[in-house]
Amino acid sequence: MMNDHKTIEETEQEIIEEFSLFDSWDDKYEYIIDLGKKLLPLDDQYKKDENKVKGCQSTVWLVADYKDGRIYYKAESDAVIVKGLISMLIRVLSGQTPDDIVNAKLDFIREIGMMSHLAQTRSNGLLAMVKQMKNYALAFKLKHETAN
Amino acid sequence: MVETIDINKIFDVAAVRKNFPALDREVKGKPLVYFDNAATTQKPQVVIDALVNYYSNYNANIHRGIHTLAEEATAAFEATRDTAQKFLNAETREQIIFTGGTTEGINLVAQTWGRQNIKAGDEIIISNMEHHSNIVPWYILAQEKGAVLKVIPINENGELIMEEFEKLLSEKTKLVSIVHVSNALGTINPVKTIIEKAHAVGAVVLVDGAQSSVHLDIDVQDLDCDFFVLSSHKVYGPTGVGVLYGKKNLLESMPPYQGGGEMIREVYFDNITYNDLPYKYEAGTPNIADTVAFKAALDFTKAIGKEKIRRHENELLHYATELLEQIEGLRIIGKAKNKISVISFVVDKVHPQDLGILLDNRGIAVRTGHHCAQPLMDCYRIPGTTRASFAMYNTKQEIDALIAGLHKAIKMLA
Repeated sequence: MMNDHKTIEETEQEIIEEFSLFDSWDDKYEYIIDLGKKLLPLDDQYKKDENKVKGCQSTVWLVADYKDGRIYYKAESDAVIVKGLISMLIRVLSGQTPDDIVNAKLDFIREIGMMSHLAQTRSNGLLAMVKQMKNYALAFKLKHETAN
Repeated sequence: MVETIDINKIFDVAAVRKNFPALDREVKGKPLVYFDNAATTQKPQVVIDALVNYYSNYNANIHRGIHTLAEEATAAFEATRDTAQKFLNAETREQIIFTGGTTEGINLVAQTWGRQNIKAGDEIIISNMEHHSNIVPWYILAQEKGAVLKVIPINENGELIMEEFEKLLSEKTKLVSIVHVSNALGTINPVKTIIEKAHAVGAVVLVDGAQSSVHLDIDVQDLDCDFFVLSSHKVYGPTGVGVLYGKKNLLESMPPYQGGGEMIREVYFDNITYNDLPYKYEAGTPNIADTVAFKAALDFTKAIGKEKIRRHENELLHYATELLEQIEGLRIIGKAKNKISVISFVVDKVHPQDLGILLDNRGIAVRTGHHCAQPLMDCYRIPGTTRASFAMYNTKQEIDALIAGLHKAIKMLA
């Protein structure tokens, strides 16, 4: 399982260090595109309307599972840069507790210069994606708390 | 040997560019290449100056004031109406109604003429290449009235299938609302023929001139259209202003759109009489500053010369088309014989959004997505396109930058 030993901040720091090696924007995007291409495809059964993240120019599907107090995400998109960004979000958030996910500041996005993808004007969905991931965390948290 | 030059053919793009301050800026460390002109054009200094001058020197509410500032503001506001009248060759200045833009113009007609004249079972014809703003108002009206929306299909090149249009026409047709030039494809539609044929069955025709006004010479009398709508911001003017032209008898017989000040003559609690044209449709304080500055945009365009601009833009269109067609896996969407300077394209296995991000990274502004024309995208079975649209200030060097950017982006994404 991912992130069994690392906190959200630790993984964020790793990504920031990886990006510090790049001199140019082209290099950064090449790396993100590479991540996008390597992201495991989502099983077709999950590619339905209810799993679509709204507010994206590209189509993004996101599903979440809850196991032993931690949340595991799977996602895919038809656009590869978004897929690369998703891949990083999954690396940071998947396998963490609902509380940690809800409270995550995700400063790494700004640190690596990808803040513009979070802006409202960019309808490419990173913001919607983060919201949806946190919504899942919140929903699982509430469900879990009610069950107890 | 004596050299002769045709002064009318001279178009100095470098000189034209100097009028547009925004073109000087850099994006991501690269000179801006602005190819999103079909969404909105950049503004020349004269338009910016007109806005600043209005607010600096004669800002006042129009029509009602007796003081000097109000008189000056009213004169400037009404001068734009005269210029717009000439721009469209409308019969009278009263037929120029100021709106917030094309969208409001269409909604105004739907909510006034439409509500008054459309009944259950009536048919409204639009086309498969309409912008959402020329679909949704009619959909809402049709839902409310129990009317039927009919859609003119298009062929593979992105041209209306006129035989199909003729088949749709009948005595049930009450309105044809058609885009003059497609924002997503660049297709110039044969609106004059459409109007003729629609009139033959007694239908009223609205022409959506959002894209055509900046590129083509518009003559509403020659077209014989019943309504024509446009937006200032696509003709080098400010945002938030548009024009609705209408035939006088229609504008006079239609009920008012919004109620408020300016649009009334006398108000009693039991009886209200409405103002004459054009004020009947201009309730409340209008967008004075932007309307005043819109005149500067129309004057500027006229001074440079629409025909010269068109020749330049066509050159850019052909140059870009030729170079784009050489890119492997790239397919141009919209190959109409009559086109304005808009090129939409898709690239095999590449999402338009990825292309848009990587081009922006090189300072190149294009539009990606469905261009507010989802039914059109469905028709081509694509989620969207990348669109480059050219204006008077664009250059071949900028197209070279686009082509280089595309090669690099496609290589990265493939």
